[in-house]
Amino acid sequence: MDHPIQTDYLRWIVFLPLIGAIINGLLGSAIQKRMGKGAISFIACAPVILAFGLSVYAFLTLKGLAAEQRFLIDRLYTWINLGSLKVDMAFWVDPLSAVMILVVTGVGGLIHIYATGYMHEDKAFWRFFAFLNLFTAAMLILVTADNLLLMFVGWEGVGLCSYALIGFWYQDHNNARAGNKAFIVNRVGDFGFMLGMFLLFWSFDAQGHGTLTFREMAKWASTLQGQQLWGISVITLATLLLFVGATGKSAQIPLHVWLPDAMAGPTPVSALIHAATMVTAGVYMTARLNFFFSTAPETLHVIAWIGAGTALMAATIALTQTDIKRVLAYSTVSQLGYMFIGVGVAGYAAAIFHLMTHAFFKACLFLGAGSVIHAMHHEQDMRKMGGLKDSMPYTFWTFAISVLAIAGTPFFSGFFSKDEILWLAFTSEHGSPMLWLLGVLGAGMTAFYMFRQFFMVFFGECRADHHTQEHLHESPKVMTLPLVVLAIGAVFAGYVGLPTVFGGSQFARWLEPVIAAHGEEHASHALELGLMAVSIIVAAFGFFIAYLMYYRAAFSPERFAGLAGGFFYRLFDRKYYFDEIYQVIFVNGALLLARLGSLFDQYVIDGIVDGSASLTRFVSWLNGLFDNYIIDGIVNAIANITFGAGNQFRRVQTGNINSYLYGILIAVVLAIIVKLRYWS
Amino acid sequence: MFSPNELSSYLIIGAILFSLGLFTVLTRRNAISVLMGVELILNSANINYVAFSHYSSGGLEGQIYAIFVIMLAAAEAAVGLAIVLAIFQIFHTIDVEAAETLKE
Repeated sequence: MDHPIQTDYLRWIVFLPLIGAIINGLLGSAIQKRMGKGAISFIACAPVILAFGLSVYAFLTLKGLAAEQRFLIDRLYTWINLGSLKVDMAFWVDPLSAVMILVVTGVGGLIHIYATGYMHEDKAFWRFFAFLNLFTAAMLILVTADNLLLMFVGWEGVGLCSYALIGFWYQDHNNARAGNKAFIVNRVGDFGFMLGMFLLFWSFDAQGHGTLTFREMAKWASTLQGQQLWGISVITLATLLLFVGATGKSAQIPLHVWLPDAMAGPTPVSALIHAATMVTAGVYMTARLNFFFSTAPETLHVIAWIGAGTALMAATIALTQTDIKRVLAYSTVSQLGYMFIGVGVAGYAAAIFHLMTHAFFKACLFLGAGSVIHAMHHEQDMRKMGGLKDSMPYTFWTFAISVLAIAGTPFFSGFFSKDEILWLAFTSEHGSPMLWLLGVLGAGMTAFYMFRQFFMVFFGECRADHHTQEHLHESPKVMTLPLVVLAIGAVFAGYVGLPTVFGGSQFARWLEPVIAAHGEEHASHALELGLMAVSIIVAAFGFFIAYLMYYRAAFSPERFAGLAGGFFYRLFDRKYYFDEIYQVIFVNGALLLARLGSLFDQYVIDGIVDGSASLTRFVSWLNGLFDNYIIDGIVNAIANITFGAGNQFRRVQTGNINSYLYGILIAVVLAIIVKLRYWS
Repeated sequence: MFSPNELSSYLIIGAILFSLGLFTVLTRRNAISVLMGVELILNSANINYVAFSHYSSGGLEGQIYAIFVIMLAAAEAAVGLAIVLAIFQIFHTIDVEAAETLKE
């Protein structure tokens, strides 16, 4: 790690999609008119595919190096050099970012290709791809940034693109509102991220080596031990603040409310941004900064429990949703919760592993859902679907594989990754059986709601109207091909991270230079197999209930809904009333504050302004009086006195020379007398 | 009491002459007479010049000044008589009180 290998191609991984975004963003409208949508598709997809090629090349280069030397950097220039703050514009690839760039460019590239089919009817085709490319570039900045500040640039960039793409069909006011909601809720998290970053820099600076570079921060991390702020350890405070940022991006309680609404965007956006990549930024960030998080057990505790709470809560909400995309959205929130359980028990490698497998099967699920929506003429209500199995074979089979993967069916990817997290939750020093239990419960519900969706969409009688039924069709190749590739990934991606009992995780070994491996637990293989069996049984139970309810219709879901007077059903269906509570507290609170501010303005500020105006007028009036009566009086009095005196003295001027001469004589005589009498 | 060679006797002559001139100027209404009084006053000043000069340095400064004053008196008489002529043409008299209306 001491001698990073300087390269000059990493920048192109970021710049290629950026160039695509710039070309499509500035010239897209003209290109689309002159050369058609094919040209736009090419400009959008080619850079991402090239970037994927470069990522593979970087990955192979890393693989060829010794484990402790796996570190490539591409330093462009010094971005900020201000006092002790020195920030480079530098991209780096180490084993962790290598995984991320492969996922972002690989899954991202497939989704780009899929979107060229999905969005084909849209007039603003070019705008969509400009933003999608820009998003890819921002996400790549986020994962390849060599320092926290540059990472924040990507962090904000993906937030912006997410906002723009959720509100892509902005003509519908609800979509624009969903975009706003995502942006504003993320803002809250970003504020935490910024404060955390400031705090880290500030405390490093206090130690004499201010830095934001990950490598240097890792090197100096130990110097922060024992530093305190307001009686709390700086590391705990900073990691908590950074985790607030992660809850915003990765949709954890209490900032998860934006993600389900984000489904207002086009489905490829949901797949790329709100399932596979952007929402995992929080997990990536915590894994990247694992050297801090590992030294803050309190923070880890908070993360683990928030993750478990989110996983369970989102799973319960997903049980009741009827919108095909919303089920997947809550499922995403729930799976992100699992990743944070992984982080919270210091199993960063497991979290990243789940992130990767999740990217495959969730992207596949979303794209499958998109394919269904496409075929159903933009119908998203599952109650109006059904029986699509025969008319859409590719979609059906890929969807089936992904459902099996996410439900934790043995030997599919989701099984390995989820199981590793649950295993760590049980055995890690930061974990506890309770945490494990919550996770397993969530896993059971995951199996239930995913199979419920699967059966509702693909089996049974078709409940769509006659017109839609007639036009049912499989999606074009450009859409089914990515589905097939992703489904293959959903099956096999898990085999890089086998549990210890089957030979140990290659994946964890690969990440070892970045993420120190958790010490070899000496738990028995029997325990590992036992826990695995429990989670398989719970998942199978979930599947079985879904099968009985929605396939065999052996008993009606309403019977469950009516349990406890329908209390739970209402609670889940209304999403635990989060939106309502936020509406009352934050939105109305903000409005109330605004109204108070307006009143304050109206009465106090305006009062002061008006008062000072009146006061000025009064003073001017006084001033006028003073001018009119005193100053003018003095001036006039002087004039009058002069005039009067002149009037009196003019009588002296008689015109008679004799009298003048007498005057002179008298004056001279007087002068002589005075001279002789007083000055002699 | 007054020796003829003493300064004071010249000064007394000058003073008498001045008083006569002043009296004439103050009392006469005839403009010509007033001018004549002025001449007397000027000549009394001449006597003083010459006397002081003689009894102090013995030089000719007093006489030079006296000649200047005589010249001045001539000019003054010329201007004064011209004014008197003008007054006479307007008021048909040379009484100085006739010219009172000039005050405004």
